[in-house]
Amino acid sequence: MSMPFYVAPEQVMKDRADYARKGIARGRSALALTYADGILLCAENPSSTLRKLSEIYDRIAFAGVGKYNEYDQLRIAGVRHADLKGYSYSREDVDARSLANVYAQYLGQIFTHEMKPLEVEILVAEIGDEPGHDQMFHIRYDGTMMDESRFVVVGGDSDAISERLEAVWQDNASLSVALGAAVNALAGPERTLQPGDLEVATLARGQARRAFQRLDDAAIGALLAPA
Amino acid sequence: MTLPLFSLSDDPGPSFAALVQRVGLRPPVPDTPLAADQIAHGTTVVAVRFADGVIMAGDRRATSGNLISHRSIEKVFPADSHSAVGIAGAAGPAIEMVRLFQLQLEHYEKVEGSRLSIEGKANQLGTMIRSNLPAAMQGLAVVPLFAGFDLRRNAGRLFQYDITGGRYEERDFAATGSGSLHAGTVVKLGYREALSRDAVLDLAIEALFQAADDDSATGGPDLMRGIFPVVATITAAGYERIADDDLAARTGQLLERLRSRRSPADQSGAESS
Repeated sequence: MSMPFYVAPEQVMKDRADYARKGIARGRSALALTYADGILLCAENPSSTLRKLSEIYDRIAFAGVGKYNEYDQLRIAGVRHADLKGYSYSREDVDARSLANVYAQYLGQIFTHEMKPLEVEILVAEIGDEPGHDQMFHIRYDGTMMDESRFVVVGGDSDAISERLEAVWQDNASLSVALGAAVNALAGPERTLQPGDLEVATLARGQARRAFQRLDDAAIGALLAPA
Repeated sequence: MTLPLFSLSDDPGPSFAALVQRVGLRPPVPDTPLAADQIAHGTTVVAVRFADGVIMAGDRRATSGNLISHRSIEKVFPADSHSAVGIAGAAGPAIEMVRLFQLQLEHYEKVEGSRLSIEGKANQLGTMIRSNLPAAMQGLAVVPLFAGFDLRRNAGRLFQYDITGGRYEERDFAATGSGSLHAGTVVKLGYREALSRDAVLDLAIEALFQAADDDSATGGPDLMRGIFPVVATITAAGYERIADDDLAARTGQLLERLRSRRSPADQSGAESS
């Protein structure tokens, strides 16, 4: 009978984390930031059909980066979780925090117990009734969860993008100022991103029941045009 | 609650009804028939096509046997931004079916990233009525109407059902519930191709008024409490519920017209209207 080689648990976790990080770094990043009327979500995504951003519930949006099939499975599970919760209780009882929690539980479970971790990083955003009550959660491949009130960046390049966004972020910015800051942060100093390279959506306060709205290329172009 | 994840072989797909069944939230079917006076019933809904789309109108009464159980129940609901569903039959299961249908459409849109066609929505409702058949046999029948604006054809469309889920598209108008015979006749006599919004609103209000006049389970406009039918138009601009002020004014004009037919002094005026 052959004995498997002993591998230290630290080494196993480190290998898994490296594996997940490498997978995530292959894709482009996404971010969410608050602006005067709600939350703006923006991702670098040349595809107009394979989406990184999507609607979960009336006031809740989702962004995922990394391996498409994995974060899309999480997105659909999130829609199901929210719709089932709203159906068995009430629409008002569906909130981002509990959804982010179940995501974190699941990602943590997979990370510790399965051979292969999920190569994804996701963010869940919810707008509140008033400015200052917005919530954003950042959940990593290992189930680590962080909550933010200004902005969240997910993806392989998130540290550099966060730094650039930190430098220009301002409270109560208009939509076009916020979008300009987001696009510049995603692009970095050496590149410029065109509307066709971007996927943009908003969760706008005080609109219809379903707050999530996608912006098409024309709308993005108009917002980014110098005033 | 944990994250609802399924293996590939038993994934419920974009169907919310299948998901609800899968997680065991569906109510059991009663094994003995329920008497009509044990449960609330909703009745009359009419839908009429007009120049801009479709209008749907439903009275506000629910009855349990010979008693009035609710005076302000609503029977016309938006199914999504461009369609409406009107219900008749056992009120509890009917309202539950509407809730599930609304979620079914929204859930599909979110999961798939695109909307169902209007045919697809009508078929979905048919499937839900079909799956209610065992309950219908125990006295919990639900017979809805479905109307929507078809953005691909740029026209209003309406669908009628039977309790087996049979789906029948109607060209001009449809009615359901105990007052549907009377309401349908009024609409039939007053119907013209491509009626204006004004004309079709008055026609729908009169249809419900006349149904309430002859059917005890249909409620007329309640002027004392200020309760009017739920009337909504579904056009290219979407679902729009008509405000009570407008309905009150139109009901006032209708009463005036009907009164003038009965007063000998106004005989000439009545003939010209």
